[in-house]
Amino acid sequence: MSLSIKHLIGLQGVPKEDILLILDTATTFKEVLDRPIKKVPTLQGKTVVNLFFENSTRTRISFELAEKRLSADALNFSVSTSSVKKGETFKDTIRNIEAMKVDMIVVRHAAAGVPYFLTQISKCNVINAGDGIHEHPTQALLDMYSIREKLGRLDGVKVCIVGDISHSRVALSNIFGLKAVGAEVSVCGPATMIPNFIEQLGVKVYYDIDKAIKENDVLNVLRIQLERKAKEYFPSIREYHRFFGITQERLDKANKETLILHPGPINRGVEISSEVADGMNQVILQQVTNGVAVRMAVLYLLGTQN
Amino acid sequence: MKIKAVIADEIGVNRIITRMSHEIIEKNKGSKNLVLMGMRTRGEFLAKRIKDKIDEIEGTNIPIGILDVTLYRDDFRTRLKQPTVSVSNITFDISEKDIILIDDVLYTGRTIRSALCALMDYGRPATIQLCVLVDRGHRELPITADYVGKNLPTSINEEVKLKMKEIDGEDAIYLTDINE
Repeated sequence: MSLSIKHLIGLQGVPKEDILLILDTATTFKEVLDRPIKKVPTLQGKTVVNLFFENSTRTRISFELAEKRLSADALNFSVSTSSVKKGETFKDTIRNIEAMKVDMIVVRHAAAGVPYFLTQISKCNVINAGDGIHEHPTQALLDMYSIREKLGRLDGVKVCIVGDISHSRVALSNIFGLKAVGAEVSVCGPATMIPNFIEQLGVKVYYDIDKAIKENDVLNVLRIQLERKAKEYFPSIREYHRFFGITQERLDKANKETLILHPGPINRGVEISSEVADGMNQVILQQVTNGVAVRMAVLYLLGTQN
Repeated sequence: MKIKAVIADEIGVNRIITRMSHEIIEKNKGSKNLVLMGMRTRGEFLAKRIKDKIDEIEGTNIPIGILDVTLYRDDFRTRLKQPTVSVSNITFDISEKDIILIDDVLYTGRTIRSALCALMDYGRPATIQLCVLVDRGHRELPITADYVGKNLPTSINEEVKLKMKEIDGEDAIYLTDINE
């Protein structure tokens, strides 16, 4: 079994078989993470460059750990210390890095489409670690892995993505990935944060969070990106929390088990209350652990293809 | 599958397992410090059979683990097909234990090399002993087995196939032509 894709740019159009192969393979790597020596020699001799044009702690560390645990040589490139600052074009930067004989590139960029552009100018396997408001495929894969681990299946599971859908690459990747494996996907948030025509992706829209909680098995709660002027879309943080914040009271009212996911970092008291963020039904930290295993699976499956 | 020769039938396979189980106990002077490690996939079932036999003789319950060595292989770059990885299942500490590594067929020795590297990542065993049902020769690495069910000189155009009831519905060892 091997993947039909050569790069992981997004989950749009990725066949179900590929997604399930990545999730199944991640199970193997999760076992590796439980060992006393958390390292296997699988990608020995391969070089992976982490090209981060946008800030990230979790995703970059997660990728770096995944690379190191597969024995690949990982090197980090952050734009603040690079020649990009000296006026070098993106294409020239990539050509120079590639001239040093690297095998794979993990890229994050504020502009949507950069990972795709990379595949056009480079021979490396490219993995998207988030591009603008387009996609963040490994986050969606680890979300799906965490749901499957907890509920035992993805087919027919009802997942509601809550928050700023318009500006979320996590939301879009989740929608494509979950739809591909047969889950029922919906979104919920203030009308200003729900993109027009989102229904065309086969997604149900809620404006009432209580109704969304009642009708879904899983809530994937997105972070309100305060640094990206999120406040322009609603009157105040307090009001957002009152209308869309996930609180224990709301969950209790629905009187059922609801699995809570959050891609982090959490804004406590904004999109989720502290009580829920530390509660029994959330898997927020398991998601972080699973993230390393899922990224190892992606690196392994793309890096050992012939 | 075109069978060139039947090396052992059900009774034969059973006899080999019984003999090897006795040899393991004899060489280790009992089974006190033993753990068994079956290599996916046939080795896993072989290990289970040997465990049952040793437990029956010694009245013990020795630990058994399953080892998947895919991640340690050295042929990722040369193989045409990407191998499917599956999970190792070792629920006990292997440090200071006498490990009996169990596989069906010993051939180039490369799988065993992978297994040795994999085991070292789980701890520091006292000894690792190799037990194989068939040794067919053609070694490419300096590796030899401690317990051999059957020495079977083969040509590289042949293949030795172990069938086990658990997955194949019968117990037997066959010699076949490759590409069959």
